[in-house]
Amino acid sequence: MVYLDYSATTPVDDLVLDTFNQVTKKFIGNANSLHQLGIESKNLMDTAVEQVANLLKVKKSEVIFTSGASESNNLAILGCVFAYPRRNKYILTTELEHSSIENQIPFLKQLGFIVDFIELDEYGRVDEAKFLKKLENDPVMVSIGMVNSELGVYQDVNTLGKLIHEHSKAIFHVDGTQAVGKMPLDLENIDLFGFTAHKFYGLKGIGVLVKKSTCHLVPLIHGGKSQSEYRSGTPALGLIVSCAKALRLAMESLDVNLKKVQELHAFLIEKLQKMSYIIINSNEYSIPHIVNISIVGIKPETMLHALSEKEIYLSTKTACSSNQKLSSALKALKKDDKISSSSLRISISHLTTKDELLYFVKALEKSYHELEFESRLH
Amino acid sequence: MERVILIKYGELTTKKGNRNFFVHTLTENIKMKLKNYHVTIKKDLSRMSISFDLEQMDEILEKINQVFGIHAYHIAHKVPSNIEDIKIEILTMLKSISFSTFKIEVKRSDKTFSMNSMELERFLGGVVLKNLEGKKVDVHHPDVLFKVELCKDYTYLYTNSIKGLGGYPVGTQPKALAMLSGGIDSPVAIYLALKRGIKVDAVYFEAMPHTSIEAREKVISLTKKLAKYKNKITLYVVPFTEIQEAIYKNGNSDYCITIMRRMMYRIMDRLCKKNKAVAIINGESIGQVASQTLNSMAVINEVTKTPIIRPVACLDKLEIIDIAKKIDTYEISILPFEDCCTVFVPKHPVINPVLEECLKSEEKFDYFEMIQKAIDNILTFSITEDDKKKYEDLL
Repeated sequence: MVYLDYSATTPVDDLVLDTFNQVTKKFIGNANSLHQLGIESKNLMDTAVEQVANLLKVKKSEVIFTSGASESNNLAILGCVFAYPRRNKYILTTELEHSSIENQIPFLKQLGFIVDFIELDEYGRVDEAKFLKKLENDPVMVSIGMVNSELGVYQDVNTLGKLIHEHSKAIFHVDGTQAVGKMPLDLENIDLFGFTAHKFYGLKGIGVLVKKSTCHLVPLIHGGKSQSEYRSGTPALGLIVSCAKALRLAMESLDVNLKKVQELHAFLIEKLQKMSYIIINSNEYSIPHIVNISIVGIKPETMLHALSEKEIYLSTKTACSSNQKLSSALKALKKDDKISSSSLRISISHLTTKDELLYFVKALEKSYHELEFESRLH
Repeated sequence: MERVILIKYGELTTKKGNRNFFVHTLTENIKMKLKNYHVTIKKDLSRMSISFDLEQMDEILEKINQVFGIHAYHIAHKVPSNIEDIKIEILTMLKSISFSTFKIEVKRSDKTFSMNSMELERFLGGVVLKNLEGKKVDVHHPDVLFKVELCKDYTYLYTNSIKGLGGYPVGTQPKALAMLSGGIDSPVAIYLALKRGIKVDAVYFEAMPHTSIEAREKVISLTKKLAKYKNKITLYVVPFTEIQEAIYKNGNSDYCITIMRRMMYRIMDRLCKKNKAVAIINGESIGQVASQTLNSMAVINEVTKTPIIRPVACLDKLEIIDIAKKIDTYEISILPFEDCCTVFVPKHPVINPVLEECLKSEEKFDYFEMIQKAIDNILTFSITEDDKKKYEDLL
């Protein structure tokens, strides 16, 4: 099997899973129960929250555990706009956002918000001059993904955050889902920052939203006391502790892993560039973990199935938006239906090997020729 | 690399006959505090030594600075007993601190060493003068007194001492129960009582549903902070609602707080006997509120013969706050949750209560039975400090 879909989800690290099992079995108390077992669970939870806070260089009270990145993104945007009812009903975002942000837009429009897109340059990066102009419209919040999930294009969120706070009173939300564990983080100029553990070898079902004390938020899930006042529900202790562990492991091995991925990325690009029918959509501002390509004339789903038969697994667009026809992110950037309707996302990890990539490249070549011949027959 | 903390017994050595008991208690407390670390603890007549790995130094010093009974200590570098190693280490150590005058003092238990103490002092002094610019020897008042303790296999090198937390080892005095409300004063009172070596456990009076679960959690958080200084603190949570409601139904409202305090003391008195505690500790500060005037204290105190220690009685609020900040309880204490002392405050609480008036109000209801019921329904929690090490494997 060759797994090349690490940006969709990663296999859980044995150490992380071990933590989850141990915590789940040993700490049976509800962290909010006021008996001894509850206190023990709460102690462990507090330590885990503190570890996450220290790793992200934020305060303990600024860490909110959620069920994943989609919830973090919803809580960030809806929770924030509800908290500022008197501000301008105007939100800025980009066309490169994940579906958990993109699909909030119709709902926000129903609520009377105008959602405006920030202009991007040819690489998919925020055009700072045009962005400054838009900030003059006094948005209540700006939401920008740190790394786009389809093309891997990263934004300089630190600089953008500075611009936002210097020129407006907007709250700055950053979806960090594809960035955490893959690139260094600096949350200094960010008010809200969300991510999920299963993108860095943690378990599915647990995410984080960092809410700085610089902004307000109203909860979307109401109920009893929990890990944070911004999100009710019995604290998922096993998931919380395993998330803290996964984050520590990811941050500690970031440099080493990044170097490996950069080498693998260079190796893969070199091979792909030799195949004339392949258009590489990722660019120099893409993280090395994601390589987006288009093969014009071949339906990506067909290619996906052909590769899948050879036990090679990757995505057309992102797994979360794969039911849509066109990639909106790619469309926004390439302005070409043919390219944006025929894209494949290869996402690699430090666990990937050169042999796997070679096997993949050969399989891709073979499948292309078979499918191309077949389509000419019809 | 190995480092050694050298703890001189300091004030403990004045305890003649009890000295062994004090030193033993201190050793046990340190062992408990460092139970999650790889350390070797040795004690001899005049001092204790704790060897550990340099990598863990910050964490271990943080722990050592939370142990009462340590007045001062040195951090010694342990090197092999040969002249080259000693030389190199002295220079590295002195380069990392700023000073202008120094003195080197050598103690040599290995009499077979090639130089005697005086020779070695002179030799090492020469090494320092040759290698570090602008330094002078001052044998009377040096900025840095550099000590070299030469044993057969290893040598300790150390400079000026570091101040410890002071006080007596916790456990050198018997048990006492402290009233912990959640405010600023009572945690400070407990800290000071622990400092004198008293084995303090805590009692929290709770008036649910007038007080919230958050108020109880706040008290638990405070206890955790205090448990840094005493391995484990037992927290007794007394259900006080019924008594408090009866007081307000039956009494002269200006006297409510006075009577409430009398009831609390009655319960404390019973709890002390039950748990073999010899004193009550609380955070009363003279004149701070109506129930803490000297006259109030006298009338309230009348219900018990158990000694009451009020460590912050004569401190100003700002002095108390300074300590609360130092021991990290202040931020928790100012969280805005009602406790049972603040839920039913009368408009004009009496500042000079008269005993007869109290007795008259108390006659109106059967508080004996209520007190018994409260004691029967006490919840007991065993609280230890947040220990990151404890969860290291999981995290």
